[in-house]
Amino acid sequence: MLALVAVLAWAVIRPRGWPEAVAAVPAAVILIAAGAIPASDAGTEARRLGPVIGFLIAILVLAHLCDDDGLFRACGAWLARSSDGRPRRLLALVFVAAAVTTAVLSLDTTVVLLTPVVFATAARLEVRSRPHVYACTHLANSASLLLPVSNLTNLLAFAASGLAFGRFAALMTMPWLAVIATEYVVFGRFFASDLGAAPRPPPDRGAEQAALPVFTVVVVALTLAGFVVASAAGVSPAWAALAGAAVLAGRALARRRATPLSLLRAADLPFGLFVLGLGVVVQAVVANGLGRALAPLLPSGTSLLALLAIAALAAALANVCNNLPAVLVLLPLTAASGSGAVLAMLLGVNIGPNLTYTGSLATLLWRRTLRRHGEVPDLGEFTRLGLLTVPAGLVLAVLALWVGLRALGG
Amino acid sequence: MTDSDTTLRSVIIWICEGTWRATVDAALSLAPAPARFTVLHVTSPTAADTARGAYLGLLGRGGRDPGARFDEVAAEAAADLVAAAARRLGRPCERLEIQDHSERAVVAASAHADLLIVARDGDRSRLGPKSLGRATRFVVDHAACPVLLVWPDAAPDVGTMPPPPHHPHLDGR
Repeated sequence: MLALVAVLAWAVIRPRGWPEAVAAVPAAVILIAAGAIPASDAGTEARRLGPVIGFLIAILVLAHLCDDDGLFRACGAWLARSSDGRPRRLLALVFVAAAVTTAVLSLDTTVVLLTPVVFATAARLEVRSRPHVYACTHLANSASLLLPVSNLTNLLAFAASGLAFGRFAALMTMPWLAVIATEYVVFGRFFASDLGAAPRPPPDRGAEQAALPVFTVVVVALTLAGFVVASAAGVSPAWAALAGAAVLAGRALARRRATPLSLLRAADLPFGLFVLGLGVVVQAVVANGLGRALAPLLPSGTSLLALLAIAALAAALANVCNNLPAVLVLLPLTAASGSGAVLAMLLGVNIGPNLTYTGSLATLLWRRTLRRHGEVPDLGEFTRLGLLTVPAGLVLAVLALWVGLRALGG
Repeated sequence: MTDSDTTLRSVIIWICEGTWRATVDAALSLAPAPARFTVLHVTSPTAADTARGAYLGLLGRGGRDPGARFDEVAAEAAADLVAAAARRLGRPCERLEIQDHSERAVVAASAHADLLIVARDGDRSRLGPKSLGRATRFVVDHAACPVLLVWPDAAPDVGTMPPPPHHPHLDGR
């Protein structure tokens, strides 16, 4: 348990900017050496996580190349043009952009690549940026329900659940829409004074033209289709992601817009190592008592009440530590109850984090580091918005999942 | 106005995204003609903090923090806005760009001013308590000098005033 806390603390503070893996991998090695987890179990865990991490890396490279090709610049120009400088319309369009980006290219892409574009677009349009930035950060979590590739938590669960890609998406469509609708209604009211503020500025100001990179969009669409086809044919959809990333990478290399080194940096291998180390550490914690402690709290079956309880517990755990360790802990426990329970757990770990930025442990540490730099983040507004969206979104999403399981068969 | 000969009145124009034109126009038409103008813009750290927090939530992806990019974009946008306001004002003025929580920074700046010009920024589709946003409400409540509160667009017609409250026990008699 101490090892887990130490690994998470290191990941938040990042002393001297060293990669997170610097703590996670030695921690895993120490636990194996100390006999907290048998080496063979650690090996099994690593073999299970390896392909999942490879899949994620392919998606991260794909998103990075989309950015290089100007996809998000084009998105910013589209937002500016279509919103016509009207804050409410801009919010609706940002919801569409963030929900689609998160679903197809993962939440990392929304946070790292889309959010700055949205912020800059709002600034250029002289629209108050707060609602739109919050929309990106909220939807990065709550709109990451739809596809296995939307979130690392989904990829981990997808590998364990045995669901096909298309079936996962079909079952998650209704919860995805339900939670986005909830967020939209709450945002419209919560930010009413910001959204009502701006009369339209002269439309000519700062109009930016950026052409849509058609080739890139087609490759992403084909990759998406490839996920479904590959999965239906019994092949790992990771190969489709790899193929998509390879096509864009080959093109970028040929046009000298990317170097092997820049691609390697986009692949973020230390992150892969971090997840691997974290996986082994969590496995050791689960094997040494946490699993036995949590098992009685998890109801079995797929009744509405059971699904709600699983989602609530998952959301609570994601807020106590972080959703990545939460999903690693809960996955083996829920997998036994079938795919319905796994999906309910995903609703919890994906929507839950909107209550606290990073899980409360990490938030505490983060506040401490910021305070040393003389800044104190204002968490009041974030927390109020979380309290308004998360419980409502979670309940509606679970309800939608339950209906979907009844209609499509659990 | 005899004392304006010795020391000029200090007028602070608080400019915000979307509503700044109205405050500058009010300064031109309603402030004492010879005055010391200050164009004030406050960048709240909330948006950058939100992005930083979300990024931290992605545990383990070190090194690509979008927060720094936010600060750049915000500083650039603020400078553009202040410059545009100064151009519209067309008089010599001091430019003040602050990074802080808006309401507190504006109240602090008002300590040595003779007049603070503020645009309404609430939800003006329903004219009631919420038609003043949180930050504006705070500034109106706590400002250390007279406040000139202006409509960012055309002022509403008197007819939009709600009917007087209903008093059943009086109406019955």
